[in-house]
Amino acid sequence: MAEVLHSRKSCAVNPLKSSTPLGAALAYLGMAGSVPLFHGSQGCTSFALVSAVRHFKEAIPLQTTAMDEVATILGGAGNLEEALLNLQKRMKPRFIGIASTALVETRGEDIAGEVRTIVARREELRDTAVVYASTPDYEGALEEGWSKAVTAIIASLVPEDKTSQTDRRQVNVLPGVHQTAGDIEELQALVESFGLFAVVVPDVSGSLDGTVPDQYQPTTAGGTQVEQLADLGRAAHTIAIGQHMRRPAELLRDRTGVPTTIFQTLTGLGPTDALVTLLTQISGRPASLRLRRQRSQLLDAMLDGHFHFGARRVAIAADPDLLCSLAGFFAGMGAEVVTAIAATAGSPLLAEVPADRVMIGDLQDFEDAAKAADAELLVTHAHGRQAAERLHLPLMRVGFPIFDRLGAMHRCMLGYRGTRELIFEVANIALSGLHSHTPEDFADALPPIEETSHAYAPAQRH
Amino acid sequence: MSQSLQAKIADVFQEPGCEKNAAKDEKTRKKGCSKPLTPGAAAGGCAFDGAKIALQPITDVVHLVHGPLACEGNGWDNRHAASSGPTLYRTGFTTDLAEMDIVMGSGEKRLYKAIREVIARYAPPAVFVYATCVPSLIGDDIEAVCRHASEKLGTPCIPVNAPGFVGSKSLGNKLAGETLLDHVIGTMEPEVSTPTDINILGEYNLSGELWQVKPLFERLGIRLHACITGDARYREVASAHRSQVNMMVCSAALINIARKMQERYGIPYFEGSFYGIEDTSVALRTVARMLVERGVPTDLLERTEALIAGEEARCWARIQPYRARLKGKRVLLYTGGVKSWSIVSALQEMGMEIVSTSVRKSTAEDKDRIKEIMGGDAHMVDSIPPREMYAQLRRGDADIMLSGGRSQFVALKAKVPWLDINQERHMAYGGYDGMVSLVRELDRAIANPVWQQVRQAAPWDAPLAAVG
Repeated sequence: MAEVLHSRKSCAVNPLKSSTPLGAALAYLGMAGSVPLFHGSQGCTSFALVSAVRHFKEAIPLQTTAMDEVATILGGAGNLEEALLNLQKRMKPRFIGIASTALVETRGEDIAGEVRTIVARREELRDTAVVYASTPDYEGALEEGWSKAVTAIIASLVPEDKTSQTDRRQVNVLPGVHQTAGDIEELQALVESFGLFAVVVPDVSGSLDGTVPDQYQPTTAGGTQVEQLADLGRAAHTIAIGQHMRRPAELLRDRTGVPTTIFQTLTGLGPTDALVTLLTQISGRPASLRLRRQRSQLLDAMLDGHFHFGARRVAIAADPDLLCSLAGFFAGMGAEVVTAIAATAGSPLLAEVPADRVMIGDLQDFEDAAKAADAELLVTHAHGRQAAERLHLPLMRVGFPIFDRLGAMHRCMLGYRGTRELIFEVANIALSGLHSHTPEDFADALPPIEETSHAYAPAQRH
Repeated sequence: MSQSLQAKIADVFQEPGCEKNAAKDEKTRKKGCSKPLTPGAAAGGCAFDGAKIALQPITDVVHLVHGPLACEGNGWDNRHAASSGPTLYRTGFTTDLAEMDIVMGSGEKRLYKAIREVIARYAPPAVFVYATCVPSLIGDDIEAVCRHASEKLGTPCIPVNAPGFVGSKSLGNKLAGETLLDHVIGTMEPEVSTPTDINILGEYNLSGELWQVKPLFERLGIRLHACITGDARYREVASAHRSQVNMMVCSAALINIARKMQERYGIPYFEGSFYGIEDTSVALRTVARMLVERGVPTDLLERTEALIAGEEARCWARIQPYRARLKGKRVLLYTGGVKSWSIVSALQEMGMEIVSTSVRKSTAEDKDRIKEIMGGDAHMVDSIPPREMYAQLRRGDADIMLSGGRSQFVALKAKVPWLDINQERHMAYGGYDGMVSLVRELDRAIANPVWQQVRQAAPWDAPLAAVG
């Protein structure tokens, strides 16, 4: 059990958080034919856009209602309407996801009401699904934004109907903000290996997986189709990943009656075993030979890798669910989580992180704590690079943003195979840091010679 | 908006040094320069972004952003303004306002405490405090907090009052300039001062470009006192008023500093560029002439000419191997402002053909220069919608596109080489040396064998041939 502490500083130094609206935008980007729209000043969008482009190495369709000072004071409904109509005219999206920012929320408008009125009044928007989530920057961070957006998608577009006929083969999947395209593909393969199929909401593996389409695409090119949302009620089961998906998962269950399992993580042997057990139950089939082999490969990786984890001192800073997942993984491999920093207090499970304490803080807290605890490995997103340089420690990049490495979207950390790869990644960092031994390494091998106890001790050396 | 900020913005819009402004009549000038943004079709940063871009390269101070998380949290440490020493400017500082701060109106208190914390821990020569939209909306008075903190804590706290919603990035640049004029420049005396001290304004030392030209000046015995703001130390900027000449790069961004420093301290200025061989030579020549006009011995002129002759020759020799490879290659140049004409001339020096160039942010004089450089066939465009840009590139209208990160993926998805020439780039293209880098990068991009491979369709979609 960890003690959960809050940083008492007035100044956040080297923020660990990315903003709540950005988290919502990432969720909206998992919808097909989609454009996320920030209701705020153009800078709100610009910073989020640059951050997302640098992480995904893709053009990101993200738009703004371009609130200026006058509009902010007089009210933003006009800007919102104009933005929706302009988007519809220019980009013909099938889906527009609105995320509010601190700017418009501070003024406190009834944005949900405005959206309803605009959509009802404007013929032009008839064929576009418009969804709104309230995501002020001053509340939460990436996971909260993602969660709120998925909740809004379900609340607006999944019909309340518990009577639809069940397709025993359909499994709904609600991934969290830190599941990459690679994770989702792995999860789909797992589900399919039982003769089932997955409907993923939202599905960034279809939109942010980096492909070269044959024509210009102003909106997202793939992802969850709006039409698929109507079919969620037919599933045999819903799987959600992470505590931050509890709210949307429960909402979906309440609307459709589909039984639901929330996994805190799918990284690691135990969690993957639990998933596979569930899939055998849903499908009535045993695990395939290939899957058995993958499990065996993971066991072997754990055996080969454990040398490099045992008692290693690891410092982790991440959004709450990612922190819980990684801390569990490292501790499960024998490492010691000496520093655990969470971006927000979002998850009640932070108290269960296998560390003495979890601090809700920033990367300065992370750097200070890792230094004090004599950590050997830093685990956080790319902004940890300055701390890594100053502390002369290796940095394993996880989460968002990862702007100084390629392939963040294809890295898989889930299931037997993803866990196996994660073990190799960590072990390889340790191996690349191995140094050739010198006599000085063994200075403590014998107790120091005390002059008085040995008559023949040499005179004091200089 | 506070009255002082309103007055500042009006003042910036009236800037007589700005050529765009000079060309306007009295009535249009009064309206100001901000074009209304179109909701749902706007791109680009806000005034806060612009102010931060202009000031963040001051390396030894704390840049503290007063606002909710997104303003700093989504965008810190994301440019490559290089430092030869301190790294404090790359640290992200924000009050990260929570809902309670906004509801209870405790933002000012939190800001003061934040200032106290950073001074206690980092002991910077100054703290730059940036206003953002939310605290401005709820009436936080950052100027008062900064005044109070400066007095109480003994460290200058500089209010940068350019909240995002007052306008564009370029307005933010200018408001940053006003901040320096009001609170920094002229507040300290230089440790060293020589008759050949110059300042460079509007150069941010992106990827170290300043260091490509600094040695040229040093070779001539000209001392670069303050670069505003690339690789700057607070004291250098604060004592910039003792320099002899101001060179302004990056077109209109900090024109207000140049003109007001002339007005206040009698420092003459000129507008120049370090992009391209010709422009670099002109810049060196102009600095030398202006220093001589201010009393430096005239032998500086001959030494400058000798340096230019030598460096130009060396540069051409280094470029020579690439000329044959790049000659006739067609370039789509998509950038704004001063970079356009200076890069146009640079590319033409290589015998490359400019398919079209954007003049979105260029002044009338910029455009005249482009016409002059490109002859009659100047394909100047204001902006190209991404769909149209993609179509042009797919058609094969250009062999390479030079632009900023925003349009990077339009080019790459059209399977056309692309080179970053905007602020986020990792390469330094300043001075003679930078020209060689640019040419080398152009060649490296165009000559890469991947273009051939990615343009070919998968072979297995062709009709099947018999195996065997």
